[in-house]
Amino acid sequence: MLNDIWVLMVEKGWTLALLRGAGVTILIGVLGVVIGLAAAIPLAILRWRRLPVLSQLVDAYSIVIRGVPGLLVIYLLFFGSVDWVQKIASAFGYADSAENAYPFIVGIIAIAAISCAYSVEVIRGALQAVPVGLLEAARSLSLSPRLTFFRVTLPLALRLALGGINNVWQMTIKDTSLVSVVGMQELMRTAAIAAGITRSPLLFYCLAAAMFFAMTAVSQILFNRAEKYFNRGFSRG
Amino acid sequence: MDLSIITYAVPFLLVGAKTTLLIALFGVGLGLPFGILLATARTSQVGTIRRCADFYCAVFRGTPMLVQIFVIYYGFAQIGFIRHNAILWWLIGDSLHAAVLAVILNTGAYTAEIFRTALLSLPRGLIEAAEACGMSPWVIFQRIKFPLALRQALPSYSTEVAVIVKESSLASTITVLEITGHAKRLMSETFAIMEIFVITAVFYLVINVVCLTALNVIERRLSFEPHFAR
Repeated sequence: MLNDIWVLMVEKGWTLALLRGAGVTILIGVLGVVIGLAAAIPLAILRWRRLPVLSQLVDAYSIVIRGVPGLLVIYLLFFGSVDWVQKIASAFGYADSAENAYPFIVGIIAIAAISCAYSVEVIRGALQAVPVGLLEAARSLSLSPRLTFFRVTLPLALRLALGGINNVWQMTIKDTSLVSVVGMQELMRTAAIAAGITRSPLLFYCLAAAMFFAMTAVSQILFNRAEKYFNRGFSRG
Repeated sequence: MDLSIITYAVPFLLVGAKTTLLIALFGVGLGLPFGILLATARTSQVGTIRRCADFYCAVFRGTPMLVQIFVIYYGFAQIGFIRHNAILWWLIGDSLHAAVLAVILNTGAYTAEIFRTALLSLPRGLIEAAEACGMSPWVIFQRIKFPLALRQALPSYSTEVAVIVKESSLASTITVLEITGHAKRLMSETFAIMEIFVITAVFYLVINVVCLTALNVIERRLSFEPHFAR
């Protein structure tokens, strides 16, 4: 039994394949969260300022994406974009490279779109939680609105948003497993391929689970540290 | 938008909705008691029980649901003992049963987290008063801890119900044709990707709204504040 596992994992090189898959998973997860967050901050500000029409659009986007399974969003983006990506790529003469990079790019867009919808809510909540008194104080010091936003509101809101961002990250790293169903070679897909070839799904899926668990556990520890750092100087309520 | 697509897709999605609701119903009906059981285990005085329950929750909350479904459906099917045991094979062998099992095990861990915080937030004095009255641990749980914790936990639990409905979509990856499974088939069949997505999204949003409203009603019924009552 142990000998079999040794042969599979080391001599046939599946350990390396799984680790490479885990690397891709982390890459998609990080890019998805970072892009999602970058897009979510302006969207959350639109919602926070209650700009007519735009704010309702952001609301609709966030409600639909959060109310619908991630799998469905991924199907929409993959099947919906296959056509015109092919057209654009062949128009520029990159048909082959597009075929290779395509699952990766659309996968990141899908993951970012999902994490963005959740981040919008987190950041809007944090912006609203910034005490009004501080903003009034900034105004009474005649800071310009821009300066107030970047020096007072945003830093305070990001501290408040940290817990929510942690939740979004934990969710996103788990959601990356969904892109495997459309052929992205990340951890889950690698495990599925290995399970199919070696006919030992139990071993490989359990290994994939262990790797995901390691990722979420380590990032939880890092976030706890970050939270402690950002909350220095604030009394623990 | 072509209207014939709606008349074509809706019957399929209605069939899928039945499966989704079935999975969600079992997820709530069995996942909730399981989660409460886990939560009491996590707040237990006995260290071993507490650590085991903590570990279970950490694992199920720390790994994607997709991995859990695959381990249960493909992984466990590899073990000879399970394949030769009639009851276990009934649980794992059928894809729908495996999906339901995965949803229950997964939501149990999240529900336990919700109820654990609710149980921990109970005022210590009430429980001490109950102990002073000579109530047995079971009676204390049934009469004092559970009703109070339920009221605390319901708002977060309604979010968890919405998550159960969404997570049930993963059953489509092991060939159970629920809403998302049908939607994927329809998308690749009709190429009307956006239309199918919109119709399917409406299905999910309706299910979620109905569930959330129902839980809201229960929440109001159970709340102390009279300002919502009739």
